[in-house]
Amino acid sequence: MYSEKVMEHFANPRNVGMIPDADGVGLEGNPVCGDLMKIYIKVKDNHIEDIKFQTFGCGAAVATSSMVTEMVKGKTLTEARTVTNKAVAEALGGLPPIKMHCSNLAADALHKAIDDYEGKGAKKSRESLYKEATSPDTGVRGGREAPPPAH
Amino acid sequence: MMNRRPIYLDHAATSPLHPKALEAMLPYFTEKFGNPSSVYTIAQEARKALDEAHDKVASLLGARPTEIIFTSGGTESDNAAIKGVALAGRDWGDHIVTTNIEHHAVLHTCNFLEKQGFRVTYLPVDGDGLVTPAQVAAAVTEKTLLVSVMLANNEIGTIEPVAEIARAVKEKSPRTSVHTDAVQGLGALPVDVNRLGVDLLSLSSHKFRGPKGSGILYLRRGTPFTPQQSGGTQERNRRAGTENVAGIVGTAVAMELAVTEREKSAPRLAALRDRLIAGIEGSLEGVRLNGHRTQRLPNNVNFCFEFVEGESILLNLDFLGIAASSGSACTSASLEPSHVLLAIGVPVETAHGSVRFSLGPENTPEDMDYVVKALPGIIQRLRAMSPLAHQPR
Ligand code: FES
Repeated sequence: MYSEKVMEHFANPRNVGMIPDADGVGLEGNPVCGDLMKIYIKVKDNHIEDIKFQTFGCGAAVATSSMVTEMVKGKTLTEARTVTNKAVAEALGGLPPIKMHCSNLAADALHKAIDDYEGKGAKKSRESLYKEATSPDTGVRGGREAPPPAH
Repeated sequence: MMNRRPIYLDHAATSPLHPKALEAMLPYFTEKFGNPSSVYTIAQEARKALDEAHDKVASLLGARPTEIIFTSGGTESDNAAIKGVALAGRDWGDHIVTTNIEHHAVLHTCNFLEKQGFRVTYLPVDGDGLVTPAQVAAAVTEKTLLVSVMLANNEIGTIEPVAEIARAVKEKSPRTSVHTDAVQGLGALPVDVNRLGVDLLSLSSHKFRGPKGSGILYLRRGTPFTPQQSGGTQERNRRAGTENVAGIVGTAVAMELAVTEREKSAPRLAALRDRLIAGIEGSLEGVRLNGHRTQRLPNNVNFCFEFVEGESILLNLDFLGIAASSGSACTSASLEPSHVLLAIGVPVETAHGSVRFSLGPENTPEDMDYVVKALPGIIQRLRAMSPLAHQPR
């Protein structure tokens, strides 16, 4: 079902954990199955000095999180912004069609973390970000009530 | 932990073919290949095997040979039973009663019939997955053609009081037919059509170590029934199509073994089940046993592990050679969580962390201990990775 690369990242995920004094935090939820991915970044001189993730989700969700952290660690924020969901999936040697939505989470969570760092994240506290992402009304992780994804 | 022997704990999904069933089947692929409907000697061997299989299966269920229809499996049996009774009773009724934890073969068939103008009542179950006879009887009206309640649930193992339900239904409405999907029950529970008091009963061969692509529909004599397949007179005009002779032969052999060994195998499996349940509950926090604790299939263990996702658990178990299944949205083709877990009140995110272990005859106490030893490491590792485990709830 999964490529070797996916299984390798799933079995040995890179950069797992949280950064308590992170400069930016991005949380993304999967509206279809209701899973969660959270990315923490530490920024120095416009570079991603450190990055960690936490994921509640399937094998593909774990592998894409792990892969995205590996792809952008040490990169500039501008470079990190160019990493797309598609690129993450490709770097993993592809994902099963039904799992393609999982790869959306990783890059999106990263971009949100950068937004958060750059202050575009509407100056929300981490707590309220979490609340927003998990509340059924905002639809990010209401799971079943949420509208189906565009793809 | 260096156990490399695979531990198969997904018998509710499918089970390995019994060697005796395989042996009995083989000649019907080769020298005894004849079409049972033909007149010559080769064909008559197949005919004879078919008749013997009807006799055997009927006697194991307490039925008559003519009441047995061989099908392609549990799904076909459920479809044929429900559509067959519904379409045959259009002149007097339009209503079906079932539960919301049935297999999709029943639920989706009912959904289909709703689109054809039938009305369906999907009864809710309690937190253990039980429906009561009173609940079912209360839903039955003089327009109710069929009641369909499973003998035991495939995901959570809860055993429904089918005999009592059938009695209550017949008391209220004698002409309502009662069907049970007994797919998970055979070999685990006594399955006797008269003790159960049902008019139709579905079985799937590969769940009791018979071949895939083979199933049984019991149809009580006199039950109004419209066949779903046209084009032949096989199975007394109730299931057109050349019979799957080898599959039917294998089904009868496997079924006889499963039924005759049940008195020994069921208590053995129940002891393994209880060992696994106690082991998991004793070694991990944040776990929830799904399904009824005692009114439960002897081979079913189903847990939710909080804050973690089922597919991730399954992949990690697989690294250690353990095969199990999950009701997580992420493991289903529809990306929807198990309807059974939601029906018993499990929250969506908790349903994500569900794992079902379904045991079989080759499993040992050591297998259970191996799983109990393997799980805490897996769950703790995944929890350490989970944003939910660290957040205020
Ligand atoms: S996270 Fe649910 S399917 Fe990938």
